[in-house]
This record gives sequence, C-alpha cells and structure tokens, in this order.
Amino acid sequence: MCLAIPGRITERYADGDLPMARIDYSGAVATACLSYTPEAQVGDYVLVHAGFALQVLDEAEAAASLRELTRLSALMEADDEGGAGA
Amino acid sequence: MKHLDEFRDPALARALVERLKRITTRPWTVMEVCGGQTHSILRHGIDQVLPEGLTLLHGPGCPVCVTPLETIDRAVAIAMQPGVILASFGDMLRVPGSHGSLLEARSRGADVRMVYSPLEAVTLARANPDREVVFLAIGFETTAPGNAMAASEAIDARLTNYSQLVSHVLVPPAMAAILDDEHVRVDAFLAAGHVCTITGWRLYEPISARYGVPIVVTGFEPVDILDGFMHAVELLEAGSPKVANRYGRAVQADGNPIAQAVIDRMYEVCGRKWRGIGVIPQSGLKLRPAYAAWDAEQKFDVGDITPQEPAECIAGQVLQGRLKPADCPAFGTKCTPQTPLGATMVSSEGACAAWYRYGRKSAT
Repeated sequence: MCLAIPGRITERYADGDLPMARIDYSGAVATACLSYTPEAQVGDYVLVHAGFALQVLDEAEAAASLRELTRLSALMEADDEGGAGA
Repeated sequence: MKHLDEFRDPALARALVERLKRITTRPWTVMEVCGGQTHSILRHGIDQVLPEGLTLLHGPGCPVCVTPLETIDRAVAIAMQPGVILASFGDMLRVPGSHGSLLEARSRGADVRMVYSPLEAVTLARANPDREVVFLAIGFETTAPGNAMAASEAIDARLTNYSQLVSHVLVPPAMAAILDDEHVRVDAFLAAGHVCTITGWRLYEPISARYGVPIVVTGFEPVDILDGFMHAVELLEAGSPKVANRYGRAVQADGNPIAQAVIDRMYEVCGRKWRGIGVIPQSGLKLRPAYAAWDAEQKFDVGDITPQEPAECIAGQVLQGRLKPADCPAFGTKCTPQTPLGATMVSSEGACAAWYRYGRKSAT
C-alpha cells in the first residue's frame, strides 16, 4: 500500500492549478502530481506513490550510503581472506 | 532503475548478512512495521538468512488490513445506493466485508471503480455531475497527502457531488500501542521508510526515548532492509536506544512540510479503530468538521452497521505480532488469497498473503 517507486522526470506541465510531470520508470511512462515537490526539475529522480511525487531523491545521500556499504563489503571480504590464511 | 538496482546488489547483501551474524551476541526481537517491508523480507528470503538469535515480527503496517470491517460494510452500503460511483484503491475493493467485498457489490450492480491516484475520483465527479462520487480514502501518512490534495481540489472547487469516506491511520500511535502490549516483546523497530518521507524521522524520537527502543528508518530493497537490521542490532548491542535514519536518499529529519500542511488543512487527528486490534487513541485522521458536507459518512444515511467478523480469523493477533500466520488452522487451507477469511490474506502486503505466496509454512 505504501509502495513508492523512484522515477525520472522527463517533462513538467500543468493540469489546471496542479503542477504535473511525466515520469520515466525504466521505459514505462506515467504522470504524477508535483504539488509536494515543487522544486523537482526535469532529470531529477522522485519517489512516486499513488500519483504523487513525495520526495526528490537525494543523489548525494544515495551515493554516500553506497560508498559506506561498499566499504563494509570490502572490509568483510578482507576479513574473510585474513581468516582463511591464518 | 537507478535508486533500486544498486540496493539489490547480492555482494552487498552477503556482506551485511555476514556482519549481522558477527555482531549479534544476544537474542533480539525486531519488528518491521510496514507491510511493504514484510513482503520484501519474505520475497528475498531475508528471514531465512538472519542470525539465529534475531527474531522477526511483522507489524500492523498494512492499511488495507487494519481498515475496520464497519468501514468496508459502510462503503458497500453506500455503493449500493442509486446514483453512486464508489472509487478506491485496487486492494481495498477485494477485502471481504460482512456481506461481501466492494467487487462483489459491483457484480450485484453497484458502480465501483478502481483508481490509481485519488485525483482520478475528483475527475470522475467533474465528468459525472448527475452522479455522487464517493472516494474511500484509506492509508497511512504516505497516502494521506494525495487523499488530502484530492479533498482540497474538490472542496475548493465546491464540487458538491464528491465526498470522502475517510479511514486514515497513523503509524506512531500504533507503534506505541504495540510497545504497551504486555503480550508482545519488541526490542527495536524498522520504521516504514515511505511513511517517514512525509513525517520525517524526528517524529519517532519521543517513542524511542520513552520506551528505550532503537528505531531505524529503513528503505525497501533487500540491501536497505539488511542494513536496517544491522543498525538495529548495532544499537541494541551498544545499549543505545535512538532513532537512526538509514533511508537518507528519501527521508529528511522533518519530512515533507508542504504535504503536512495540506493534510493538516483538510484532516484532523481522531481516535480510530484498527481491525483486529481495537481503538487506538489519536491514531487516525478524519475530515475537519468545516468539510462535513464532503464527509460521506454524514452525507449518506445507510442505517446501523453491525459487522460480523469471521470467528476463526486470527488476523488481529498476527497484526500485533502475537501470532504468526501459520499458527492459524485455516492458513493455506480454508483461507487462501483466492478465498480470504481476513484482510491479512487479501492485501498483497498482508503478512498472511506474503507467507502464503512465498511458501512459509512454519515459524522462522
């Protein structure tokens, strides 16, 4: 029910007084309302739930999380190799 | 898709599983609140690779599952009235009421429509001025902004043939109710990431402090969820009950203030009955009294509703983490997704439906 999917904004437009966007989800295109993310621009990734973009995804935070996880993964591997050689 | 695929990387997942095994020195019980996370945990087999001492409990975070039977019965009764178009989200239409589901009402002649966005019901009302369009507005904080915006659009335009039957629920009071429940032990929570996109993570600090439980805001991909468990166990082992945000790409401290303002303009906090659990104070949203003319509960007199729960369904116990789906004698026999006795088997995010779909037969 609270499923929300990231998609990339390809176009902004207005429907009456509502700011809207066309969103590309790896080839499938749908529309979403941008009332709650008025700062979102073409090219941004937004998290969409039930036709509304709830947040603009933070690229720097995503990259930082992945760097941290990759470091942890490398550490675990190094530990394993160390363990095997001991 | 960017922001999904990277967080499904098997190498990262393996590293997290390994690290979890190394850091877990004592038995802990962690509850994932959100039904979407329950589904992801079972789909990716995360429950089967966790360290032995780590017990998982599925939480009440499936809005379809906790919508009270009275609301479904009321929606069916309203849908059967002449001239009404009843619209809601797909999952909601299949939940059995005391006298059938909304989809069954459709087969008896009611005009029941499935919508993806709540704005579609406003469009329906504009396109059908001679009909009454009733939107069954359910969900957690994630869905409330869209439903509040739909209410705002209709009410600002004085669309008098539109109304909402509101049965919204709020997550933090339900977490507090579980922590108050003497039959359930929860040492830490994975907080529902998408709810937090709206509420922000700071909202959980009072609960974490009051009950001394770590609360880890977690995403939905397998690496996100394993990372959530790892941080929950790290905080537990360190005796450090605090809120950690591990879904930084989507969740900020204060959430989405624009969405909060629209919710607050249209809805007010109220006590709400959760199916199978009972009334939880301050755990729901309803339309503000100024908008009574758009409140379907007041607009349509359908008489007294006396719901009849199937006696053998244990959904309420499952939703509170007291029992597992397979503890139910009807699980997988009398009760399947095709012939559900209760809502936890109907919604794809209900714990019973997830257990059935991914073949879990006994407690893990």
